[in-house]
Amino acid sequence: MSLLEVTDLKVSFNTSDGVVQAVRGMTFSIDRGKTLGIVGESGSGKSVSTQTLMGLTPGAKVSGQALFEGQDLLSMTPDQLRRIRGPQISMIFQDPLSSLHPLYKVGWQIVEMIRAHEPNVSKADARKRAVELLGMVGIPQPDRRVDDYPHQFSGGMRQRAMIAMALALNPKLIIADEPTTALDATVQAQILDLMLRLQREFDTALIMITHDLGVIADLADDVLVMYAGKPVEQTDRRSLYYRSHHPYSAGLLRSIPSGAGGRGGRLIPIPGQPPSLISPPSGCSFHPRCPYVMDTCRVDEPPLREVAAGHGSACWLPKDALGLGPEAEQLRESAVAEGRTEVGA
Amino acid sequence: MFRFIIRRLLFGILVLWLVTTTVFCLLHISPTPVEKMIAGPRASAATVALIRHNLGLDRPFLVQYWSFLKDTFTGDLGYSYVTQAKVSSIIADRLPATLWLVLGAAVLWFVGGITTGVLSATKARSLLDRTSTGFVLLGLSIPPFLMALLLPFLFIHEIGITWFQTGQYVSPFEDPTLFLQRMILPWLALAFLIVATYTRLTRGSMMDVLGEDYIRTARAKGLSERRVIYRHGLRAALTPIVTQFGVDIGALIGSTIVTEKVFGLQGIGQLVYNSIVKGDTPVILGVTLLTALFVVVANLIVDIGYSFLDPRVRVD
Repeated sequence: MSLLEVTDLKVSFNTSDGVVQAVRGMTFSIDRGKTLGIVGESGSGKSVSTQTLMGLTPGAKVSGQALFEGQDLLSMTPDQLRRIRGPQISMIFQDPLSSLHPLYKVGWQIVEMIRAHEPNVSKADARKRAVELLGMVGIPQPDRRVDDYPHQFSGGMRQRAMIAMALALNPKLIIADEPTTALDATVQAQILDLMLRLQREFDTALIMITHDLGVIADLADDVLVMYAGKPVEQTDRRSLYYRSHHPYSAGLLRSIPSGAGGRGGRLIPIPGQPPSLISPPSGCSFHPRCPYVMDTCRVDEPPLREVAAGHGSACWLPKDALGLGPEAEQLRESAVAEGRTEVGA
Repeated sequence: MFRFIIRRLLFGILVLWLVTTTVFCLLHISPTPVEKMIAGPRASAATVALIRHNLGLDRPFLVQYWSFLKDTFTGDLGYSYVTQAKVSSIIADRLPATLWLVLGAAVLWFVGGITTGVLSATKARSLLDRTSTGFVLLGLSIPPFLMALLLPFLFIHEIGITWFQTGQYVSPFEDPTLFLQRMILPWLALAFLIVATYTRLTRGSMMDVLGEDYIRTARAKGLSERRVIYRHGLRAALTPIVTQFGVDIGALIGSTIVTEKVFGLQGIGQLVYNSIVKGDTPVILGVTLLTALFVVVANLIVDIGYSFLDPRVRVD
């Protein structure tokens, strides 16, 4: 049994402009100690989906199932879910400055979390654990810095403190929502290294949410690419980087600096804007931006189907058009020229 | 921190000096000379001149001003033109009533405003939110004198709680029960006028804070909802409210005229009213100085308190 198994998760919000379908059917699972990368542009539903699992999206209409160790998170009472948050599943957020309470000492905020779930732990013991944790995430002189306020920490140190807090109760799963996006490039690598090291040390499963494929390049076991509230490609990390199938994944890969787009070559942006989630496009929601768009794409929505073993893609292009190489490119182009889709083939 | 306090103190003294000088000048250009008011319309020119001399008003303006400043600095506010009593003792006599009125009302409006504010922020658009918004509007729109007249009528005559009384101020150290009997209605009347502002302030501040990332963090930590709202939300939302609170209390000393008048409390407000009517310059000056002093001190306390409330603005 997987640690977390999410089936057909749908999340929508009623707004004055209409119903926003933030997540439109998401299925994934993650095993103990593994790392899942969820990639997508802002508004693709990657943060909403995980925050919904944790019960942090008030006012959302939710359907589907999310079994965490066999128990459905989505049908839990708020109090049951509260007991999961922290000791079982913890979260790390994007901006550590705004995510830490500005008026409380960093150590106090860690102590508070420990004592909220383990009320028998004395304040002194919890503090000792906070100091240990801060030391473990690489904060110098943790016995002194434990009494600092967040604004006295640097950006990287704040995120280290958030990581320390996330690890405080030794959770089985950590959800990291763009943990390095707000940090300097040099600090980003340090934080990723730290997370990787601690994940192995604690044997924690990790869901890494990012818009940057570079971040999960050497971190994730599996990758889920989200577009307009739906997973469009789902595979292991190597396949995504070397044998991606969906044109959106390919677009993301081409827009990584010095990545698969070729060293020294130009970055190729994906043209257009992410679609509206109030009225998503007909057919494949990526079709208005897709360079390989065919007639079918505008009408029929492609299901997530297996293009190789353990490799799913929601695209009508031929199954064997994998990767960014010239052969695959030729396959794709001829498919588009002939209007041939997998349905007919 | 020490230098910060010194700087604020010096600034406060400057404000006090400006206020007193302005009032001093204003009173000197008053259309009816004070000696005529004291002497009465049928007094002879010699009597008027004598009074003028006794009050020291025949001295040059700058000399008068200088002696006024010097006396004020040493705590001597002069003597009332009307009763000949020392201004400082007149004020000391009247101050307790106003202080108790303002402080009691302040507790009510602070606690009441924050409670309703938090409730309507966390249950936005609920019946409770709408009801409290309605009361807020009512409190904001009712004129002070009407409120002060309405409450005794409502509680004593209509509901029939005869335990409540209206009447002169009694010190709580002499007769605590009578003190409460007479003060509760004035407190309610004054607090109801102001509580609205605090409900709105708290509601707005709370709604801002509850949308912050650190509130999401607090929830993600698995804290109870009550702890999230009060320990994390209200603690952060409180800073602007406390700031306003300090300033309001300071400013209210000396502007409770209507409430005091209607309830017959012999406080600073009544004193101001009577002194203005009678042209009792030294008392007006004394009260003005006192009011300014309260505002300056309240601001100073708020500034210092702010650095305790928010570690980010703490000055080392």
